[in-house]
Amino acid sequence: GPAGADNVSAPAQGGGSAVIDMENMDDTSGSSFEDMGEMHQRMKEEEEEEAEGEAGAGEEEDGEFLGMKGLRGQLGRQVADQMWQVGKRQASRAFSLYANIDILRPYFDVEPVQVRARLLESMIPVKMINFPQKIAGELYGPLMLVFTLVAILLHGMKTSDTIIREGTLMGTAIGTCFGYWLGVSSFMYFLAYLCNAQITMVQMLSLLGYGLFGHCITLFVTYNIHFHSLFYICWLVVGGLSTLRMVAVLVSRTVGHTQRLILCGTLAALHMLFLLYLHFAYHKVVEGILDTLEGPNMPPFQRVARDIPVVSNAVLNTTAKAIALTL
Amino acid sequence: FPGLADVSISQDIPVEGEITVPVGSQSPDEDYSTLDEPVKDTIMRDLKAVGKKFVHVMYPRKSSALLRDWDLWGPLVLCVSLALMLQGGSADSKDDGGPQFAEVFVIIWFGAVVITLNSKLLGGTISFFQSLCVLGYCVMPLTVAMLVCRLVLLAGAGTVSFIIRLIVVGAMFGWSTLASTAFLADSQPPNRKALVVYPIFLFYFVISWMILTFTPQ
Repeated sequence: GPAGADNVSAPAQGGGSAVIDMENMDDTSGSSFEDMGEMHQRMKEEEEEEAEGEAGAGEEEDGEFLGMKGLRGQLGRQVADQMWQVGKRQASRAFSLYANIDILRPYFDVEPVQVRARLLESMIPVKMINFPQKIAGELYGPLMLVFTLVAILLHGMKTSDTIIREGTLMGTAIGTCFGYWLGVSSFMYFLAYLCNAQITMVQMLSLLGYGLFGHCITLFVTYNIHFHSLFYICWLVVGGLSTLRMVAVLVSRTVGHTQRLILCGTLAALHMLFLLYLHFAYHKVVEGILDTLEGPNMPPFQRVARDIPVVSNAVLNTTAKAIALTL
Repeated sequence: FPGLADVSISQDIPVEGEITVPVGSQSPDEDYSTLDEPVKDTIMRDLKAVGKKFVHVMYPRKSSALLRDWDLWGPLVLCVSLALMLQGGSADSKDDGGPQFAEVFVIIWFGAVVITLNSKLLGGTISFFQSLCVLGYCVMPLTVAMLVCRLVLLAGAGTVSFIIRLIVVGAMFGWSTLASTAFLADSQPPNRKALVVYPIFLFYFVISWMILTFTPQ
C-alpha cells in the first residue's frame, strides 16, 4: 500500500544505485485491483513530479534514474496487464451468462435412432389414456420438421405461382410454419395450464413439432400429385392419425371430462385446419375442376397478381361445391 | 518455510547492485506488424488464402487448412454474386416473384448460423466462425450452377433446358453437400453424423431450389 510506495521512491533520491527495499513492500501489492489502482495513481503522480524535476537535472541523472524508471515502466505494464485481465474476466463472465447456448444443450441430446423411432411413433395413437404417457422433451426433431415443412411449403408455393404482395415467399413460409409451431404450442400450453393438464412447455413444443410429421408427408405427396380426392384421403388418414396421437397423449395427462374435451377439441381443430389451410392457400388448383364446376356467372379464374385471401375464398367456395356435388 | 529459518543476513552487509530493466526491448505482442507492408502484399496474401480455400472446396479432402485459418471473404463474394444473379426473375416487374437480394443474403447467413448452432448443440468441436466459413465456401458449386443455368436460359426456356438445369443443379447440390459434410462431420461424435448432415442437406436444397426455379423475365 502507501508504505511500500514510499519505500520505492525513497532510495532513488540517494546514491548511484537503485536499491529497492523489498522488506517493507506490502505483500498484497499487485494482488488486489484497488491496491494496484492506487499504486498506479501514485506512480503517475511521482512521474509528473519527476518530469518537473528532470527538466532541471543533467544527463547523468537520467542514467541513475534509468533503473527506477524502467522498474516503474515495468510496474506500469503489469498494472495495465492486470486491468486487462480483470476486464476480460468480467466481460467473459457476462457473455457466458447471457449468450449461453448450453441452456439448450440437453434438449438436443438425441441419437438418430431415437429421432427415427419418435417420428414413427408420432403416427401411432396410443391406447392407454388412463396412464400419463411419456413425452420426450427434445427439440431437435421438431425444429428439423419445421424447417422441412418450410422447404416443402416453398416448393408448393413456387409450383402454384403464388405471388405474395406484402412480404416475400421465404418470409411467408418461415413465418407461417414457425408461427404455427410456437404460437399454437403456447396457446395449448396456456389452455393446459387452465385445464390442469400435466405438461411442460418444452413437452408441448415437442409434441406439436412431431405432430407436424404428418403434415410434411401429406403436403409432400399432394403438392406433387394433384388429385383432390387424394388430398382428402391423406388429410383424414395421415392428419387424423397424428392428431389422434397428440390428443391421446394430452388426454392421458388431463383429469376431468370437460377439461379433456376442451383440450382435445381445440388441438384437433387447430391441427386439422392448419393442414387444410396449407394445402389450399399455397397450392395450385387444378383448373379442370374449376371449369366444370363454375357456371357462366362466376368470373374467370385470375392467375396473375392475386392476393392470398381472394384465392382462399374462391377456392373454399369451389371446394364446398365439389363436396356438395360428390355427396 | 522451515528450511529458511536459519538464514540470516547480518546488518552490515549491504545488498546493493543495479537493477536495470530492459525497457521496451521485448514488445508484448509476438506478431510482426503488418501495418508497414505495401497494400499489394496484404491483398495478395488474402487473395491467395481465399484461392487456396476454393481449391479445397473443389477437391474435398479431409484437410484442416480450411478450418484453421477461417475467413469470410469467400462466402461474402459468393453470397453477393449468387444474390445478384438471382435478380430479375419475376413475372411482373411490380410484384416480388423471385427472391430479393436481401432475402438470399438472409437465407444463406441465417441458415448457416442455424446449422452451426445445431452442430454445436449436438456436441460438435468446431467453432462458430469456422463452421460459417466452411458452409459459405461450399456454396461455390451452387454459384457455378447458377451461372450455368443463366447461360442455358439465354438459349431458351423449354423442357430440354429444364432437364439440363435440373441435372446441373442436382449434381452441384450433391457436390456442395458432400464437400461441407467432409469438413464438418469430422468434428461430431461418430454416431450423430446423420443429425448434423440433415440440416446441411436441407440448407443446400433450399438454395438449389431457388436456383432451379429461377426464370428470367
